Amino acid sequence: MSKARVTVVDYGTGNLFSVQRALDHCGADVKMSSKTDDIVAADRLVLPGVGAFADGMKGLRDRGLIEPLLQFAATERPMLGVCLGMQMLATTSEEFGQHQGLGLIPGRVRQVPTQAVNGEPNKIPHIGWSEISPASGGTWKETMLENTTAGTPVYLVHSFHLIPDDPAHLLADCGYGGHRVTAAVRSGAIVGAQFHPEKSGKEGLKMLTAFLRL
Amino acid sequence: MANVRLIARLDVKGPNLIKGVHLEGLRVIGDPQEYARRYYEQGADELIYIDIVASLYGRNNLTDIVRHAARDVFVPMTVGGGIRSSDDVRDLLRVGADKVAINTAVVKRPELITEVSRRFGSQCMVLSIEAKSRGDGRWEVYTDCGRERSGLDAVEWARRGIELGAGEILLTSIDREGTRKGFDAELTRAVASAVSVPVIASGGYGEPRHLAEVVSAGADAIAVADALHYNRTTVPQLREAAQAQNIPVRAV
Repeated sequence: MSKARVTVVDYGTGNLFSVQRALDHCGADVKMSSKTDDIVAADRLVLPGVGAFADGMKGLRDRGLIEPLLQFAATERPMLGVCLGMQMLATTSEEFGQHQGLGLIPGRVRQVPTQAVNGEPNKIPHIGWSEISPASGGTWKETMLENTTAGTPVYLVHSFHLIPDDPAHLLADCGYGGHRVTAAVRSGAIVGAQFHPEKSGKEGLKMLTAFLRL
Repeated sequence: MANVRLIARLDVKGPNLIKGVHLEGLRVIGDPQEYARRYYEQGADELIYIDIVASLYGRNNLTDIVRHAARDVFVPMTVGGGIRSSDDVRDLLRVGADKVAINTAVVKRPELITEVSRRFGSQCMVLSIEAKSRGDGRWEVYTDCGRERSGLDAVEWARRGIELGAGEILLTSIDREGTRKGFDAELTRAVASAVSVPVIASGGYGEPRHLAEVVSAGADAIAVADALHYNRTTVPQLREAAQAQNIPVRAV
């Protein structure tokens, strides 16, 4: 069987090596690229990223990658945004001002609640392992979570999260201080993970393997 | 309450995993890669690498160690020791680190905290505080691997570090480090109640009850070093011990 091919978008931010290594470990043929042609023609695409929203969007804009990403998304081939790469799928973000995102999953990126439901302070950033559940009874079938059991802990590190306009786009969430925080979103073949599958141990690798089979 | 993270801490010198007491009297334990892989396989929530002599010699040899580790380790890695600039941080992130822990360089130049957090996000900038009790209910920050006094009060420095942009604190008690006498719960309580970011307690793990002591003092994560290196405990045993004391940890 030939290796599943995946293109990881290199836009000058984030830690690409970990994503590359994890996909490699899962048996993928990984290509890192910031070229329009590679992105538009990719079999499947990963948009990684850590850091601030505005910097991430600027990285994409400066390299002329916004249009190619939108073109790729229109092909309905599998696409995975991770952490900041997930947040940039949204319409707007409120991190350090108002910023435009890619608009692939209508919604807003907002701050994780700084206060728990019981009134105690929530530590921000939210760092650590949280158990993810299917949001509002939605299904994980035909997504990278299809082999994952509800309640599986994954690694998150973030201060903001994406709230989709359409609740049907919420794929998974997790609890933090009594609030529900977005863990993953989905619209068609586009999935965004707030958590880091590449840093979520064996369960995370299982998700990446499932993504490579989509 | 969020899950408490169980972290394996690996102090390295040159190519070796080492361990000391009070950050001194270093002994070679073995190949850090072998130990890192073991802890990942055992289900550690995170790994911390500290090059404990790097700041003394003004060098940074962690890049190779991290690059190797990133091949087999698919949990977060925090790396520290000898980091002096945001370009040093970039180099470590490129080879697979997720966060950096900085002590000496930010005591000398606190603006570095802001530079790193602006460039890579506050979640990436871990303020490493190595503190020693002054005996009057306060703790002093030490730099250069516990050798140099800074004159800074640990709690005030933690507060300032967060204002400058640090997203997490790695809090090492020099008094307890390597002693197996338990974490410095008072130090942990003083720092954790002063800041709004997660605090990793490090130094002193000896037996299971020490976990509950430091968690009730406010620790969000616990770093264990020699107890793991010398096989006095394992990550699954720590996890079971935590669960037995009703400390929330992730199920593996």
